[in-house]
Amino acid sequence: MLGYIGRRILATIPVMAVVGLFVFSLLYFAPGDPAAIIAGDQATPDDVARIRATLGLDRPFLVRFWEWSWQILHGDLGTSIFTNLPVTTMIGQRVQPTVSLMLVTLVFAIVVAVPLGVVAAWKAGSLIDRLVMGLAVMGFSVPVFVVGYVLAYVFALELGWLPVQGYTPIEQGLWPWFANLILPAVTLGLVYIALIARVTRATMLDVLSQDYVRTARAKGLAQGPVLFVHALKNAAVPIVTVIGIGIALLIGGAVVTETVFAIPGLGRLTVDAILRRDYPVIQGVVLLFSFVYVLVNLAIDLFYTVLDPRIRY
Amino acid sequence: MTATVAPFSDSARQAGAPPEGAAPKAPPPGLAVAAPLPDVIPARKRRGPIWTYVRRNPTIVVGGVLLLVVFLMAVLAPWLGTVDPTALAPAKRTRVPSAQYWFGTDMLGRDVYSRVVYGARVSLLVGFSVAFLASIAGLAVGLVSGMVRWLDGIVMRVVDGMMSIPPILLAVALMALTRGSVQNVIVAITIAEIPRVARLVRGVVLSLREQPYVEAAVTTGTRMPAIIWRHILPNTLAPMTVQATYICASAMITEAILSFIGAGVPPSTPSWGNIMAEGRALWQVKFYIILFPAIFLSMTVLAVNLVGDGLRDALDPRMAKDV
Amino acid sequence: MSTGVSGAPLLSIENLQVHFRTPDGVNRAVDGVSFAIQSGETLAIVGESGCGKSVTSMSILRLLPEPPARIAGAIKFEGRNLLDLPNSAMRKIRGNDISVIFQEPMTSLNPVLTVGRQIGETLRLHQGLGRREAEARAVEMLTLVGIPEPRRRVREYPHQLSGGMRQRVMIAIALACSPKLLIADEPTTALDVTIQAQILDLMRDLKARVGAAIMLITHDLGVVAEVADRVVVMYAGRKVEEAPVRDLFRAPRHPYTRGLMGAVPKLGAVEHGADARLAEIPGMVPSLKGRIEGCVFAGRCPDVTDLCRAYAPALEPKAPGHLAACHYAPKDALAA
Repeated sequence: MLGYIGRRILATIPVMAVVGLFVFSLLYFAPGDPAAIIAGDQATPDDVARIRATLGLDRPFLVRFWEWSWQILHGDLGTSIFTNLPVTTMIGQRVQPTVSLMLVTLVFAIVVAVPLGVVAAWKAGSLIDRLVMGLAVMGFSVPVFVVGYVLAYVFALELGWLPVQGYTPIEQGLWPWFANLILPAVTLGLVYIALIARVTRATMLDVLSQDYVRTARAKGLAQGPVLFVHALKNAAVPIVTVIGIGIALLIGGAVVTETVFAIPGLGRLTVDAILRRDYPVIQGVVLLFSFVYVLVNLAIDLFYTVLDPRIRY
Repeated sequence: MTATVAPFSDSARQAGAPPEGAAPKAPPPGLAVAAPLPDVIPARKRRGPIWTYVRRNPTIVVGGVLLLVVFLMAVLAPWLGTVDPTALAPAKRTRVPSAQYWFGTDMLGRDVYSRVVYGARVSLLVGFSVAFLASIAGLAVGLVSGMVRWLDGIVMRVVDGMMSIPPILLAVALMALTRGSVQNVIVAITIAEIPRVARLVRGVVLSLREQPYVEAAVTTGTRMPAIIWRHILPNTLAPMTVQATYICASAMITEAILSFIGAGVPPSTPSWGNIMAEGRALWQVKFYIILFPAIFLSMTVLAVNLVGDGLRDALDPRMAKDV
Repeated sequence: MSTGVSGAPLLSIENLQVHFRTPDGVNRAVDGVSFAIQSGETLAIVGESGCGKSVTSMSILRLLPEPPARIAGAIKFEGRNLLDLPNSAMRKIRGNDISVIFQEPMTSLNPVLTVGRQIGETLRLHQGLGRREAEARAVEMLTLVGIPEPRRRVREYPHQLSGGMRQRVMIAIALACSPKLLIADEPTTALDVTIQAQILDLMRDLKARVGAAIMLITHDLGVVAEVADRVVVMYAGRKVEEAPVRDLFRAPRHPYTRGLMGAVPKLGAVEHGADARLAEIPGMVPSLKGRIEGCVFAGRCPDVTDLCRAYAPALEPKAPGHLAACHYAPKDALAA
């Protein structure tokens, strides 16, 4: 078991190395010569070459990649071209809104999607099933920002029930914090709900046809315990897996949702960095998100043993 | 207990049954005939073949029709009552929808209806190009990875690494390297989608390698290209088609997102994403600028997804389990 | 074992029809089956796979999904028609008054719940036991069905047990609430021959102790001869013959039953085991899609006549307690 955990953690190293290589190449191949920018408009080609040598920009790709990686491993993500602040500082300022949004979305999506999927599978072929599956296709088809604007228009502008945009830090009160997150979380959650509900339904359909579900019914158990204890426990592994994989959707969606709802989070930071071509910040954000994604899926992998006693490493 | 023969047995044997094809006659006297049993489930009315097809594949039919409409709209854009979608008319800014401006005008006075109709071209072009290119490239990568063992490890590490970058982020990062254009958008999204196809193809190849008939072909010295052509490709085609449809849908969304955040198609080429990007500043007062492209984008992606679902169910019922 | 207990039967099935809606027509899986089980009796239902015997048993507990299934007729348990009961009342009967042992011990236990939980669940549900008491009872049940080290086993998961042990656990679950009727659907088919005998012994032993009636569904005539009091023979969704076990083996009236017995010589001389399986009967079971004109067995019957093809024979008493549905079945004088 410990050996497995060790091996599994080791296996994430090449994955992160590939991510790092990609992110580094981003800066390496980025248009515009940093040396020329630093040297300014009046510089001669000799000046630029000198600055390039001082910065180490003239050395081979792999050497620079190695040094860059070394920096990253020491927690140095570089300095923003635009604000001259360390990228880690900029990320640190933006973490809370994004983490809040993602956690609220995650909880909301799971709480909604899993029961929907279970009921759809239980009533397979019925009107409810078709409604849920129709909703899922819609969730995959309607882009995040469309959902966001429609929700904001209806519930914030027209009905005035919820704040239109912005973010309130959690320190300023739980309700203001939460109220500001409701619409963004629903927006961001829709595609995630679609994904989880579909996988839950498909897995549950499979599980519900198993002999042990028939046994559970033959014992006289009510529909609820049969579905949510006997069946759902067996469907847990694929569902948890897709929840982990779906985090990628959440991260991508957060970029858009934060733009729509003017939330000063990492997604907003990414968009601003793209528009300003602030490569160190883009690098830092991509690296961070990918790292979190890999970590979450690693944790889920290790969690399987808890979900299914048959899985032993 | 002495068994006696049933009273009518012999006579019944001789009496025989009513002639073939005749309506059932009354049974011979003395014969114990079981009472006919009722139908518990009423028989269903038979309908024509087209109606049956629609009933059995509603998603493919609805999705296909919708997609056809969008396709015609893109092709026939100049003849659909549109004006130049890039023509500026500062005097006629932000007009609400009317008989003249069906979907109103944007903040530069451009006709939103015309922009939306022309925008269909970008969405379809991006969707189908990405689906095609990513499938071809992914097929190549997957085949190599599945067939050449020593390369498999390296290729899969790269694929794993690429897949651990959320696809939208990957496309966004790639777009940061270049200037915004339809072409660059297609390339960026394609690169982000290749790993998924490669994974799928490799999976099919690996499972096929274990099949006895493929093993037999390998041991009898059939050349690699022949094995790929005869055994691997036909088996990858169905799952790849389904996946290509989903890639098409997701590429359309990704294009819209890229354009929406300003890293995609430049405003000079109207796309549903950048029409909405321009409506963003005014969304609280001029919601229609965002609403119309949003409806068209959603319907088109929905159509593609419905076709994908239909294809999935039609091509392989077992795949219905996957998403 | 005694037959012919007087009084109202424990369970009586009257003209049961179970039909399924399928994409290409209605499948008449069970079509007009009637029989009764007395308290304490062991009734065997015999037939090839697909003859409707399992569907019949599943419809007693109403475990078939409706739709696609549709059930007509009556299933009376202690005088109440189960088909009319609301779901809540039906749940009180399942696992409590009537319980089932399924064919596949490997797949019939939930892989992610402990054995103790799966046994205790029934007790907590129907007898209102607490968690502790239920587990203690589960240990007792495991001891009763002959599982060594019950205290350890009770915390284990099904995949840690062998097939025979799992079937013992299934029996423990089924008997936990001392049911009045135990439906055993091919309880030994999936097991090794030696284990089969043990499980049959166990069932007989427990039946004597608990006093439950058993409805044994099987295609194994050796098992029938060993444990049953009475036998119902099913073919293509109908009951074609019913008789006390001795009468059936001594003088089978329906050609299908005779076919089944082809390889099995005589009651008493039956050796239990794989050799006692059914003889091959030439031909195929008719499709159950739509109605069958005439006798259902006409297509495979060695003595078929045009009369058989035209008119379905009614089930008629051919001897005391002995029914058969065949125009040419010999009839005892006493039956009149």
